Amino acid sequence: MASHSESIIREPLITGKDITYAQITNDVLRPVENMPGKAWWIGFVVAVLGACLWLFSVSWTFWYGIGEWGLNKTVGWAWDITGFVWWVGIGHAGTLISAILLLFRQNWRNSINRSAEAMTIFAVICAASYIVCHMGRPWMFVYSLPLPNTYTLWVNFNSPLIWDVFAISTYFSVSLVFWYTGLLPDLATIRDRATGLRRKIYSFCSFGWTGSVKTWQRFETVCLILAGISTPLVLSVHTIVSMDFATSLEPGWHTTIFPPYFVAGAIFSGFAMVQTLLLVTRKVLGLENYITMFHIEAMNKIILLTGSIVGVAYLTEFFIAFYSGGEYEQYTFLNRFIGPYWWAGCMMYGCNVLMTQLMWFKSIRRNIPIAWVLSIVVNIGMWFERFVIIVVSLHRDFVPSSWAMFYPTWVDMSIFIGSIGLFFTMFLLFIRVLPSIAMAEVKLILKSSSEQAKKKLMAHGDLDEEQVEFYKESLVKFDSVEISDYQKAKK
Amino acid sequence: MSSTKYILGLFADPDEMMHGIDLLQKNSVPIYDVFTPMPIHGIEKKLGIKDSRLGFAAFMFGCLGGTTIFSIAYYMLVHDWPMNIGGKPAFAIPDFVPITFEWTVLFTAFGMTLTFFFATHLFPGRTPRVMDLRATDDRFVIAIDAKGNTPHDDITKILKEAGAVEVKHNDRKYVSYE
Repeated sequence: MASHSESIIREPLITGKDITYAQITNDVLRPVENMPGKAWWIGFVVAVLGACLWLFSVSWTFWYGIGEWGLNKTVGWAWDITGFVWWVGIGHAGTLISAILLLFRQNWRNSINRSAEAMTIFAVICAASYIVCHMGRPWMFVYSLPLPNTYTLWVNFNSPLIWDVFAISTYFSVSLVFWYTGLLPDLATIRDRATGLRRKIYSFCSFGWTGSVKTWQRFETVCLILAGISTPLVLSVHTIVSMDFATSLEPGWHTTIFPPYFVAGAIFSGFAMVQTLLLVTRKVLGLENYITMFHIEAMNKIILLTGSIVGVAYLTEFFIAFYSGGEYEQYTFLNRFIGPYWWAGCMMYGCNVLMTQLMWFKSIRRNIPIAWVLSIVVNIGMWFERFVIIVVSLHRDFVPSSWAMFYPTWVDMSIFIGSIGLFFTMFLLFIRVLPSIAMAEVKLILKSSSEQAKKKLMAHGDLDEEQVEFYKESLVKFDSVEISDYQKAKK
Repeated sequence: MSSTKYILGLFADPDEMMHGIDLLQKNSVPIYDVFTPMPIHGIEKKLGIKDSRLGFAAFMFGCLGGTTIFSIAYYMLVHDWPMNIGGKPAFAIPDFVPITFEWTVLFTAFGMTLTFFFATHLFPGRTPRVMDLRATDDRFVIAIDAKGNTPHDDITKILKEAGAVEVKHNDRKYVSYE
């Protein structure tokens, strides 16, 4: 039932006084129903310029070929696959939040899942664009599909690269279905409040949603099963990406730890990107009551956990390189520190392991500017991790006579910077035309987990004094709670 | 004879609405449907709505997806053009596991969601059959077919008693969108 009351010791997921169902709708739809503010326009213009740079440099690549990139005979994968793995990794948080946290009944996911899933979809689009680009002749993509062709050859299902085609395309389309199905009730809300052309457009997109009992019942079944199948799916995607490397014989790639190591890294960078986006979004769109300090801290804890898993994976790699006695393997790992790319290795280990450990401190986890900077540091570190794994392993492998360096050209850099612009263009458009918080799901927890519901519980009494004190203390960290209200009550 | 087609009880609180359903049922007033801005847990049981069978559909689609891609891989790499890769067997089952898994998930997701859309009559551009515009915002709406025997005033009274903030007697089933 909607009103079952939750234990007082749990922190509220919705803060603020007199939040009604209508208030939630109004707050979430404010950016959708009104003209955007100056901050949005500035961000949008910058992002679009980035997207234009992307379009230009990708077109340049298609026209002149991948010879325009800094690749050479030794380093055949560089910024392209680095960018691909980076973006796919970022794209892991959305489905993790919407699927795994749903299965674990983590209600705090309700106010961040929508934008995290949108972010996932945009990140996977960026990743897929790298795959198409690195083919040089993008129309050759058709040969990665199991279709009859003029060579009368089939695709090789023994190859991890083909698994990857299946994994990424499945992940993208299933995430899209999950996201869009979840959007239907909220699109219907916009439709029923809009007029004129807007109503027509949202009416078309909302599929005729009414919110009848049977619809909701089926909707919940669909969401639960989608969550159930997306959970192994999201874990499989980066597992398969890691097999692109792990099934080769390249020193630094040929390790069995790669699948869990990549998955942890992906969740790590994905949550960091969610944090980067949401800390700004909540401020600009005024959603502090829905994305609270509790959410921020919970995400920081996940970043800390996955960052530490990544740290353990790094140590394991080093130990196994030492323990294996393989001289090529050992050289690769030494080369990360003493080779010409020592600075990339330092960025990788420094940003991912050392900086994340700061999150052990409460004051850092709860400090919004620091958390925001750290989330960017994590993403820089994760980019360097992929760069180190790919380029540093390739540039010096078995035969010293073919050792080489990799120098990016302006095209490499423009595609990378441009893809960030593309990503932000899509994200900014998303928060402008679609509700950035799943309204129906937030309404669901209003009567059980909101600050006002807890206040009501406290007013009714019958609560353990100690638990109430504990609850009040937990409220101090919230930046959206009027703490003086509670101090008065104390007297 | 009144021209009222449907009586709508608009509630501001889901628990009051649930109470309203109880009261209506105690007075043997049949409920046409209930429209809410969010899923209400436990309402299906009250209204006697059977469990969704979408889970079975999902399972069957999953089986279909897994079988399809496994058969495709078998046909291509074992039957039609077996390749000699270092003398290893062409029918390399472990290598087919990732793609089999992916298509199981793919077919489950698309099959189940499309079945949901089909069964619920949801598709792009469908005219929404909305009985009250606020049912997707902040009102929990119980709709009662006015053709029943119970005097309309009694129904209104029951709804009000349960805590309805507004009771509407509508001459049209759906809100016109013009």
